[in-house]
Amino acid sequence: MTAQSQPERVEEHADASPLLELSDVSVHYGAVIALDHVSVQIHPGEVVALMGPNGAGKSTILKAVMGMAPVSTGSIRWRNDILDSPTHEIVKRGISMVPQGRRVFTHLNVEENLELGGMHVRDNAERNRRLDAVMDFFPILREKRRDPASAMSGGQQQMLALGRGLMSSPEILLLDEPTLGLAPIIVSEVFQRVTEISRTFGTTIVLVEHNIRGALNIVDRGYILDKARVAFEGTPKEIEDSDILTQVFLGREDDED
Amino acid sequence: MQIRQLEISQNFSRLPQTLLFSLRNHLEIWATVIVILAAATFMLSRGTGFSITLVTVFAIWAMLAVSLNLVLGYTGLLSVGHVGFYGIGAYTAAVLTANPRQELLEGEIIQIFAWPFFAALPVAVLLCGVVALIVGVAFSRFRDDVYVLVSFGFAIIAYNVFVNWQWVTRGPFGIHQIPKPVIFGYTINDDLEFLLLTLAFLAIIVGISWLIVTSSFGRVLKAVREDEDAIEVFGYRSSRYKLAIWVISAMMAGLAGAMLATYTSFVDPNSFILLESILLVAIVILGGLASIWGSLLGALAFVLLEEGVRFVPFLPPEHVGQVRQIILGTLLVLLMLFRPQGVAGRFKL
Repeated sequence: MTAQSQPERVEEHADASPLLELSDVSVHYGAVIALDHVSVQIHPGEVVALMGPNGAGKSTILKAVMGMAPVSTGSIRWRNDILDSPTHEIVKRGISMVPQGRRVFTHLNVEENLELGGMHVRDNAERNRRLDAVMDFFPILREKRRDPASAMSGGQQQMLALGRGLMSSPEILLLDEPTLGLAPIIVSEVFQRVTEISRTFGTTIVLVEHNIRGALNIVDRGYILDKARVAFEGTPKEIEDSDILTQVFLGREDDED
Repeated sequence: MQIRQLEISQNFSRLPQTLLFSLRNHLEIWATVIVILAAATFMLSRGTGFSITLVTVFAIWAMLAVSLNLVLGYTGLLSVGHVGFYGIGAYTAAVLTANPRQELLEGEIIQIFAWPFFAALPVAVLLCGVVALIVGVAFSRFRDDVYVLVSFGFAIIAYNVFVNWQWVTRGPFGIHQIPKPVIFGYTINDDLEFLLLTLAFLAIIVGISWLIVTSSFGRVLKAVREDEDAIEVFGYRSSRYKLAIWVISAMMAGLAGAMLATYTSFVDPNSFILLESILLVAIVILGGLASIWGSLLGALAFVLLEEGVRFVPFLPPEHVGQVRQIILGTLLVLLMLFRPQGVAGRFKL
């Protein structure tokens, strides 16, 4: 997906009601404020990036959606319903998360890892169909299906983590720093696969990324977070045209006071 | 000719290195061969009666070790409370089957049931399950070092109940005259028959454990062991899985306890002290975490050590206990240093 095609997609979603909506959400860990009255809207089919410096609250947004962070104010809505299910129920509602650091189960083989991602599918035939679809999409996973996940490279483990996230056939895929710790050539492959997931499966994607350049190349919209708040929201072009990235990453002049 | 001789002498000089290398890389095979050979030699030298006793004691420890490995090895929950369920199983079988009318102290009143063993056995196993369920609801919220602490608490409480709930357990006096099992009117008095019965129960426990660890349920347990938070994201309620395996494991330990009671025909609280749990954890770790075979091997090695030390020449009988513990402790330290996953294990602690 090129930057030029993005504004059309945004317009396409502008009227639709959001698939996932965080309104005025705050998360506190004791005295530490991880999210401070944050509002984010994700529309069906979009690829949206959450970007910002370390500690800005990017990952906390995903954790709040997954029921893994204590939300003290505001609400999270999924298809207009309040989303307050415990973590293990969330995936059944069509939300899947690929956690930071890949978190593949290294003692299990590739196929077992994938199957764990589709546990709530009781029908064996359906689960096998999904397994096939994921392996078609990631041929490396078919090739290494009997190998322990520990024997895979970092990039391959990330593909496994993405594949495992897709096993539940999610409507929305939350990716927490999928390129963290990977070699540059693998990083571009991961971004390419994320774009292909969106196109092939029509999955809505929320991407938490520290690689701003890479992320802006593939997303429809982005949120820039700073100090637990949303500092800017817009299309990649709007983000690039503004000086928000300089302000957030290099500091504002008034910060020195 | 000279070159050939040189090659041979070089090969000989490398022999210790080669052996050491082979020992490290094939420790499981070496350990299996050594332990089984040692057991065979020991049994042949001591005769049939002793062999039967040795294997019976092994089978009871093996039941405990395999059941604990489900919790400790496969699910990663370091529990030192297993002895509690072992004790509950033993005491339930003892209380329900014993008939200690003649030996009651003056004024002592305890309920006498005198049930047949095979009626008491399911009650013992189920009671362990119920207690594990109650305790486990609280426990399954914990993990790692906190789990060790709460399970430690459980072992202490269980021991104190055995000592102090005197009108049921007879406290420190213990319960005597626990009868042998009776099947269709036939009493299993013969040691060999009892051994076969114990081995049959061990086979059932090994079979169930094997089914569990190779099933999708077992796969989730291994995933819980690796990353409990990640597994929740994929829709698994890890506390449920922890609770389920805890209850199953406790019921297996209860079965081992009931077998112990009828085997020794006597139970007292000393068989269920915390040290027994620690020894059991050591057996499971030495044998290998997440390996059923490892637990069987660990139990056999432990029983050999227990019994073997008694026959070491020049060792005063009063030091036998200490020597056993020193050997076991040293083995544990060496293994943690050089092979933290145990002899046949897949995971590190």
